[in-house]
Amino acid sequence: MSFSFDKANLEHIEVLKSRYPSTQALSLPCLWMAQYQEGYITLDAIDVISETIDVPAMEIYRVATFYTMFHLEPVTQKRVLVCKTLSCKLCGSESILEHLKGHDVLVEHVECLGSCGTAPVMQIDDVNYENLTPEKVDTILEALK
Amino acid sequence: MREALIVSRKFSLEESHTLAVAQKHGAYKTLQKLQNLSPVEVIEIIKESGLRGKGGGGAPAGNKWALMPQESEKPSFLAVNCDESEPGTFKDRQIITKDPHLLIEGILLTCYAIKAKHAYVYIRGEYYQYQQVLQAAVDEANAAGLLGDVEITLHRGAGAYICGEKSALLESMEGKRGHPRLKPKQPEPEWYFGNPTLVNNVETIASVPFILEYGAEAYRSYGTERSPGTLLFAMSGHVERPGVYEAEFGVSMMEYINHFGGGVKNGKKLKAVIPGGASTGVLTAKEAEEVLLDYESLRAMGVSLGTGGMIVMDEETSMVAVLKNLLEFYHEESCGQCTPCREGTGWVDKLVGKILDGRGSSADIDELLEIAETMNGKTICVFAPAVSAVIVSFLTRFRDEFEAAL
Repeated sequence: MSFSFDKANLEHIEVLKSRYPSTQALSLPCLWMAQYQEGYITLDAIDVISETIDVPAMEIYRVATFYTMFHLEPVTQKRVLVCKTLSCKLCGSESILEHLKGHDVLVEHVECLGSCGTAPVMQIDDVNYENLTPEKVDTILEALK
Repeated sequence: MREALIVSRKFSLEESHTLAVAQKHGAYKTLQKLQNLSPVEVIEIIKESGLRGKGGGGAPAGNKWALMPQESEKPSFLAVNCDESEPGTFKDRQIITKDPHLLIEGILLTCYAIKAKHAYVYIRGEYYQYQQVLQAAVDEANAAGLLGDVEITLHRGAGAYICGEKSALLESMEGKRGHPRLKPKQPEPEWYFGNPTLVNNVETIASVPFILEYGAEAYRSYGTERSPGTLLFAMSGHVERPGVYEAEFGVSMMEYINHFGGGVKNGKKLKAVIPGGASTGVLTAKEAEEVLLDYESLRAMGVSLGTGGMIVMDEETSMVAVLKNLLEFYHEESCGQCTPCREGTGWVDKLVGKILDGRGSSADIDELLEIAETMNGKTICVFAPAVSAVIVSFLTRFRDEFEAAL
């Protein structure tokens, strides 16, 4: 098992190098690229990023494990982020969480997604689904199958 | 309540995020004014306007700009804070999706004033779909030759509340963990890889074009003497019409909630309002009836204006459950750098959980307050002091509810 950035990502990395005072700034962008490319961040990818931007692999690993949106383990199910913070809770996020138990998805309870005015909210593949009801959840998940 | 639209002027237009619509309604016109203004003069206008940072702190923006060197061998940078993660806050996403060109115009004006050639917009990772709207606008403006010699780069975060703190934001943008830095003794710029850098919230920067177009006095004609201008206040929770509605500082909180929000949901009675994002404390219904929405009035009540994102709670809400919810948030989001915060947020979360489950004793309330005291003033950033103030605020105003749950 090994990792290498695909051509589009390698080109993007070159563009980014010209936009920051130091290549170290590229650790988050590179981690994102690796995650989109492989579905999760492998230790091989961390080594490659380390070489690409000249930062110790341990430092890249420290960064990858600090931010909640980076995943170092593969998942097979669809990942559904459900906001459990106050405004969503006041507007019924608990019933959405309860309802999701009946679906074959990986539910992650996350903190505020910035959809407080359109609560409750879930996020799937970077897209927010707002003003949720249990019925709406069924429709959305069906359409994403 | 009189209409006061400064940042949200174009929000209701169809296709307002496109360059064509934005330009049809005057976008980028203020750039021409720069021909007759020096950078220092721009900073003076911002100072005169009394513009205050709209990310929560409310510090005078002009003073912060003036800290940037006008002569420097090192390059200067602008970092725009779009890490909007304070629970109850969802205003910056309106700007980057409904009028991204206003932000870009503000960035260009600000870069001119602080002599920066490169601006970064740090956007929370969860806002990727909104980031793409802003990126499209940047590309469109660039293709139209509007950016001149300024480069704008959008930098995506990856899930960390603390990166909204300006020094943590810069650490994160340097490719590191988002750990806040120690505060300097004297006011100085922020530093990005050792280069002088200005960090301002999206809404602050988006207010700049209006001020340059109509002048500092026009901006001051809204709001109060010490809190001039407007804010994209917002409402969520138990309110009929939640959302973001711009209003001038100094309006009555209840009038705002009733006028824009249609009052408490389902005709219920109001119990409490969190005034400006989770970390600003809590007000009783009676206090909410009396208070005005400006920095000084809220401060006088022992809470803060924060981001102006109000969370409205009706009479059936358990304040113990609300505090538990907030403490879970803080426990999850403490960056872990300082022990009083890393450990303290866990302890207080557990204690309130115990009270909520009906297993608490009066000694737990005392301990809760003692830990809150210990967490205050002993950490690098204001995260732990804010948690401490939230606990005190809830226990001062709703102690009977906590005691009834024992």
